[in-house]
Amino acid sequence: MCTMEQRGRVFVLTLTGDDEHRLSHALIASIRSSVASVAAASASAGPGTALVTVGEGRFFSNGLDNIWAGTSRERLQGLVDELRPLAADLLALPMPTIAAITGHAAAGGFLLALCHDYRIMRGDRGVLYMSEVDIGLPLPPYFVSVLRAKITAANALRDVTLRGRKLKAAEAKEMGIVDAVCPGPAETAAEAIKLAEQLAARKWDGNVYASIRMSIFPEACRSIGIVEESDEEKRKHFASRL
Amino acid sequence: MEPNNLCTVERRGRVHVITLTGPGEHRLGPALLGAIRSAVAAASAGAGALVLAAEGKFFSNGFDQAWARTVPLHLQATMEDAFRALVADLLALPVPTVAAVTGHAAAAGCALALAHDAVFMRGSRGFLYMSEVDAGIKIIDFFAEIMREKVPDAVARRDLLLRGDRMPAAEAVRRGMVDVAVEGGVEDVVNAAVAEAEKLAAREWDGEVVAEIRKAAWPKLWSKVKDYSAAAQVAVRPRL
Repeated sequence: MCTMEQRGRVFVLTLTGDDEHRLSHALIASIRSSVASVAAASASAGPGTALVTVGEGRFFSNGLDNIWAGTSRERLQGLVDELRPLAADLLALPMPTIAAITGHAAAGGFLLALCHDYRIMRGDRGVLYMSEVDIGLPLPPYFVSVLRAKITAANALRDVTLRGRKLKAAEAKEMGIVDAVCPGPAETAAEAIKLAEQLAARKWDGNVYASIRMSIFPEACRSIGIVEESDEEKRKHFASRL
Repeated sequence: MEPNNLCTVERRGRVHVITLTGPGEHRLGPALLGAIRSAVAAASAGAGALVLAAEGKFFSNGFDQAWARTVPLHLQATMEDAFRALVADLLALPVPTVAAVTGHAAAAGCALALAHDAVFMRGSRGFLYMSEVDAGIKIIDFFAEIMREKVPDAVARRDLLLRGDRMPAAEAVRRGMVDVAVEGGVEDVVNAAVAEAEKLAAREWDGEVVAEIRKAAWPKLWSKVKDYSAAAQVAVRPRL
């Protein structure tokens, strides 16, 4: 389902297999477990690490497992609820995060990519697609919060959510949703790892990094269930470092 | 207003120009913040617009951490409070404000520049730099709010705050953080900022209306700093 390996200062989370990487309970749990192990490893690794998430095959992720959910509202809501803490784990992760979008990323899969700090995408194939409007599903509130935090241009947000626009990498880059476009999946993964190494080399304190990330979009963090540190706690941290 | 060697005040036409003096980093410690606040308060009396500029290589390199090291934790808050009060004063000011970023503006120095209505910046030298991520310092809420309100683009905010990019003027203009990159030296930047301020003053806007519209334009930031403004402080003093 997914693997985690450490290459130097970079942790690489791979969604394995040439399938749609549908976010089922099993896959979400598997990814959460890997992300938790990264957070733990970073504590002992010290400052200067980064995470890359990459997919094998034609899909990064085609979203929540709607096939399994079928027409059951409970099942679908269950998956929506299950994805939320994974999104929280990523937004709170004490290191820079990069999504290597090596294939289609739709709905929950697109959200997963957005929960990373940077996005590198293959330009030859694959689209980013918030499919909910087309399939007749409302967007969960925390999805909207993350979309609003990461896609700040009004017409870009409208195109993604209200028009169900399917974005190729180049268009996504122009809209500020993707940071770099690469020819194919191998180059995309390589570029993501290279960026990860550059960011890891800055040797940022992970706890501070995560704190600053959360202060950039506190509403999204609240919506996703993360409690931001108080100003008092931040001041104490500052004083302890003087 | 008492003279001090931290900043000067001059009138150019209708523009009230405050200049942070000397070749140093213009670190925003309690003394300099107090001096700037006094100078800003003087702007309300009869000026049509305000420009904040600096001498030397730096606009401001941020908070005075050397000072913070010399005082216990509960007194360090006075520096942060003074900065919050200055931001409140700028938001409530009944005249348009223009920052003349004549040199490097880092951390609180960068936030101070962005807290003005317009930002002119030296094109050939100097950069905006939110140094906190590199220095390992967390960003408290009202401070982050300045950045959230004044740097609305998600990518610009990430690159500035989460990657610690050093942004020269041209890039800052492209990303919507700075209004104009001015070629030339420090004086050229100040002159351009003053010219802009003069144009704004010539609109002869009602000062109270300017202040109300500005507070309404940045409501979240205003709500987080308003209790620290000079007016709020006066209001809490008991009447004899």
